[in-house]
Amino acid sequence: MSYYPGCTLKTKALNFEASAIAAMAALGVNLVELPRWNCCGTVYSMAEDDLAHHIAPVRNLVRVSEQGSGKVVTLCSFCYNTLKRADLLMRNSPEKRDAINAFMDEEIDYQGDVEVVHLLEVLRDDLGWEEIAREVKVPLEGLKVVPYYGCTLTRPQEAAIDSVENPTVLQELLRVLGVTVLDFPLATECCGSFEIVSRPDSVTERAYAILGMALRKGAEAIVVSCPLCAHNLGQQQPKIAEKYGNFPGIPIIYFTQLLALAVGISPELCRFDLNFGEVEALLEKKGLLPQCERSGVGE
Amino acid sequence: MDMRLQISPGMLRSEFVSKITELSGQDINLCYQCGKCSAGCPMSFVMDLLPNQIIHSVQLGLTEDVIRSRTPWLCASCLVCTVRCPKGIDIASVMEAVRQISLRKSEDFIDLAGLERGTLAELPAIALVSGFRKLTG
Repeated sequence: MSYYPGCTLKTKALNFEASAIAAMAALGVNLVELPRWNCCGTVYSMAEDDLAHHIAPVRNLVRVSEQGSGKVVTLCSFCYNTLKRADLLMRNSPEKRDAINAFMDEEIDYQGDVEVVHLLEVLRDDLGWEEIAREVKVPLEGLKVVPYYGCTLTRPQEAAIDSVENPTVLQELLRVLGVTVLDFPLATECCGSFEIVSRPDSVTERAYAILGMALRKGAEAIVVSCPLCAHNLGQQQPKIAEKYGNFPGIPIIYFTQLLALAVGISPELCRFDLNFGEVEALLEKKGLLPQCERSGVGE
Repeated sequence: MDMRLQISPGMLRSEFVSKITELSGQDINLCYQCGKCSAGCPMSFVMDLLPNQIIHSVQLGLTEDVIRSRTPWLCASCLVCTVRCPKGIDIASVMEAVRQISLRKSEDFIDLAGLERGTLAELPAIALVSGFRKLTG
């Protein structure tokens, strides 16, 4: 399956990529990195006359077309959203599509023939929960988490991988893995996103609201699918502790890391060392690590 | 405090209003001020004008109030307002249009040269690229 990594999966979110590739291989799905991919631009351009910024995502869709696979999967929620909406634009706006194709005259014309999916959709729709349940070697029992979708998996409506207001796909996956999933009212509330660059103080407040709710719900970790959410929710914790005091902290884990662990991938390959928070200590306390080491990779 | 506001046909049909309409692709006159956008906005706590007040100000052609407001720059484009608007207005696109009007005059919201080396090293690429895409021209 064609796989689009994006910029952060190759730099600060190596744990996200490594765990996804290993877990999917164990589930019989080969994630094949797209050749010559470029940055998607991270955000979708919303100004009507701004076609130039759609070129980056569309160029990636052309790469997928060339592969003839007709489908591309992303791990990063931002990449998913930008590629998905660029594809929808090319399908639904003939005039803009023609202008963008004409501008990229060195490329083949993109006709809107690529399906952009997020890995959670592949797990739910292509593999299915029953098949994944059969592959679970290490049920992650006793681990209590809250799911956090952030913004870009469920908004806007036309790009949503699940219900806009009440998505369940992440909870469904985690329950299949044996995880205890707690109800989380802030599952789709924005963490402050790119405002971390210009107004980090406002992101501290957003993170405090989200993390505080997770802790009050009794969560031992927050499960995410976006490297920017992971960064904002993780790196703001020392600032929250400094500002508010008495803040115990909570680890941030990518859903693919728990998937990998559950299907028997070695914890070393999950790269928990790159996560925010004491993930390995938490898993060890729950008795989820030693068992895992015995089962080894791809067993 | 004098709350009287004088509006004129010229303000309602100003170049600013038509530019916002053109860039956002939204008919802002559909808004009936229910306030749902502001109720759900995760960044409203740092805004000077609430999202519904921005829309109202655009409706009235209060160009200076909208351009001077920090609100569009604090909008994180999370699209909660957009998916909840009962009139189908893509409010986040209106915020983008306001930002674009300033950015196209080379009025950036981030001072790139002022970012510290340590901050740049700590931030992931996804934050830098999206921040620069949204807040610089």
